[in-house]
Amino acid sequence: MIEIFHGSKIDWLGKRKLFLAISGSVMLLGLISLVYRRGFEYGVDFKGGTEIKVRFNQKPDIEKIRQDLHDNGADSRLQESVGTNEVLIEYQGASAENAAAGRETILGALSKGFQGQFEILSATSIGPQVGDDLKRQAVFATLYALGGMLIYIAFRFEWIYGAAAVFAVFHDTLVTLGLFSIFKEQINLTVIAALLTLVGYSMNDTIVVFDRIRENLKLRRRDDLQTIMNDSINQTLSRTILSSGLTFITVVALFIFGGEIISYFAFAMVVGILVGTYSSVAIAAPLVLVYTNIRGRSVPQIAAPPRPAVTKSVAKPVTKTPKPKRA
Amino acid sequence: MTNRVRTRLLLTLGVTIVAIALFAGFPPTLAKMKQKVHLGLDLRGGTQLVLQVVTDDAIRGETDQTIEGLRQELNKQNIPVRQVVRTQVDTFQAVGVDPSKDGDFRSILNDRFSEWDLVSTAGEVPNTYTVRLKANQEADYRSQAVDQAIQTIRNRVDALGVGEIVIQKHGETQKGEILVQLPDVTDPARVKNVMQSTAQLALKLVDSGPFPTQAAAAQNYGGVVPGNLEVLPSVEKGSSTEGTYYVVQQVAAVSGRDLKGAYTSRDETGHPAVSFNLNADGASRMGTLTEQNIGKMLAIVLDNKIQSAPRINGRISDSGQITGGAGGFSPQAAQDLALVLRSGALPASIKYLDEEVVGPSLGADSIKAGFLAALVALVSVVIFMLFYYRLSGVNATVAMVLNLIVLFGAMAYFGAALTLPGIAGVILTIGVGIDSNVLIFERIREELRAGKTAVSAVATSFSRVFITLVDTHLAALISATFLFLFGTGPVKGFAVTLVIGLVSNMFTAVFVSRTLFEWVLNRKQRVETISI
Repeated sequence: MIEIFHGSKIDWLGKRKLFLAISGSVMLLGLISLVYRRGFEYGVDFKGGTEIKVRFNQKPDIEKIRQDLHDNGADSRLQESVGTNEVLIEYQGASAENAAAGRETILGALSKGFQGQFEILSATSIGPQVGDDLKRQAVFATLYALGGMLIYIAFRFEWIYGAAAVFAVFHDTLVTLGLFSIFKEQINLTVIAALLTLVGYSMNDTIVVFDRIRENLKLRRRDDLQTIMNDSINQTLSRTILSSGLTFITVVALFIFGGEIISYFAFAMVVGILVGTYSSVAIAAPLVLVYTNIRGRSVPQIAAPPRPAVTKSVAKPVTKTPKPKRA
Repeated sequence: MTNRVRTRLLLTLGVTIVAIALFAGFPPTLAKMKQKVHLGLDLRGGTQLVLQVVTDDAIRGETDQTIEGLRQELNKQNIPVRQVVRTQVDTFQAVGVDPSKDGDFRSILNDRFSEWDLVSTAGEVPNTYTVRLKANQEADYRSQAVDQAIQTIRNRVDALGVGEIVIQKHGETQKGEILVQLPDVTDPARVKNVMQSTAQLALKLVDSGPFPTQAAAAQNYGGVVPGNLEVLPSVEKGSSTEGTYYVVQQVAAVSGRDLKGAYTSRDETGHPAVSFNLNADGASRMGTLTEQNIGKMLAIVLDNKIQSAPRINGRISDSGQITGGAGGFSPQAAQDLALVLRSGALPASIKYLDEEVVGPSLGADSIKAGFLAALVALVSVVIFMLFYYRLSGVNATVAMVLNLIVLFGAMAYFGAALTLPGIAGVILTIGVGIDSNVLIFERIREELRAGKTAVSAVATSFSRVFITLVDTHLAALISATFLFLFGTGPVKGFAVTLVIGLVSNMFTAVFVSRTLFEWVLNRKQRVETISI
């Protein structure tokens, strides 16, 4: 059989200070960039305004568009997309009540200069009120979702595991958002969907590692927590790398072939998978260890999971699983 | 093959057939699939609007009607009052009620206006009663106004022949927001016009006018227009009265509620116009009114704008005509006006909060791109799984493809639309599916390395990994549920796809994949090796 990463003996937990320091610095960098740039670049979804996407028959003269719009009183931000004849026109003046008016102004200006040479791909007008609501709701929905997961994991493991898992997910979100700020990428609703996907993915990864730790804690009561955590991470490492690698392929396909609208989403996912995988291995478990060490206790007792009742037939009792060999 | 494996295989086959039938019909065809898998507006092209019903309008109308009712009642019972005026949307004051009739006034309020609360008796003028609509009553009226608005808008848009529209409440109820989705409509101007027109028709007796300005109208009454009258602008196009003002009775003699029907017709000059007729009740009131006021003018008021103010020449009972002025209506405008009158008045005006138009070519591009991306992703993952896990990779492939089939079947069954964020959900589902398989396979390899037989390794791995999968899936399910409950728009679309995907993955990755393993292991009597 073809194998990768079998029998790895990496001392993950020993390097926890290094990992925590790296993560801390990256989060700090994002935060500095955020303060320096005074917040995120919000898309029209969150900021309110009008955004129109136009496709021209041939390469358009951006300066002429800018001038035409200016002459008609619609000073706008223009953004050309590379490799296509598409231009994104962003008009911030339009509020809820005159959203349609903003649209008419821009289209009127374009029709004068480029009669019949373009096609409207999309037009969005959002009032600032709705933008604020959307932002608030997206944030709250995400926080509730995280809270729900925290309670579930705390219930199934121990509260510190839940807290560490949620912290790891926060870490991923903050790092990704920090990168958005550093690279001046816009935050819109699609990006929120990507962040949610990332949260789900990273949480999944973390639970797999925690679950192995829980299993090993029950089997090997004499070993210390750090050894068990290291072994657990190493035992699940091939799964982690394979899963992440395969999902990575999926997302890269999305990034390359998914067209421009999905590309924001895909970008967030590409970053997210890397960060999410890293955090499940290098942040979540170490946090639990750090906490346990501070508390000065030995191995925390973990609530035994209820045995599933599905497999009566051929399954032998799980407890007979031999200890993994130690090289 | 044991009975157990046979049952499980049959169940798997059954689920597959049902799922395929759900989204592609039976026998499956591409045409049926196109019909059953709903595409979101972002993929299909169309317009999405978020409107807000200004429910204050409805409350204000209710207050005004109550004031008029109270005035008439006080008049009937001979209780003198200086004036009854609305002070806020939901509050009015009866100023200077005759002190000797205080008890009578209170009992009228109690008996006849039980929806209202007397909140204060203090005021600049003695014996001033401040009355406010009860809070729960007000909330009821507001939510009624939203429901009624939804119904009215639906009638109107349906009549325009825009197919497959979605009209529903949006966000927090008390804000009165409505979401309208119009597939394939990429120039929403006309639809918006028809939706927005409140079409509040009223026939009001003219007290005086026309006046060139509002101030001039007030001047006629010594600077302040009395409470039972109001000044309205005239919009009669092309006529000498265009842009002038009339002073009319505030309360309509006949209103839109008395309308029986409305249809397009021709005015005297042959231009398109809109004729309406009244129900029996309205007709009798109109008859009395016109009989008693011959020689006066009657204003035909639409949404607080006077369309025309013809002089009453004789008794008119059951019909009237709205003309477009000298220029006339355009045929389409007349049709649209008749339509909105027929569909009933909106109980309140409407504000647009948000408008999103997606052109058809962008939608088509997104589908093409999304489909290509999904295909490339799926094929490369399958190739890798087959290469890395050999025959067991077939298992994973079957499980993943079946997962997608079940996902699409369930989405078609629930009528959930596939949107761009939904595609994100599908991608995450594929990701979770891959992960479940990898998790199981790696565990089997581990158990095999530890010296277990193939049968026992498979059994132990599935039962052990099942716990992990329950944890990961339940955690994701909980979060998706919250996203569904509290999220809006794209977040919701994402959550729906994810919930369905998670449930179906639990079935395919655990049940189906295990069934396949057991099937293979059962076929040969003594299996020593397993291809993984």
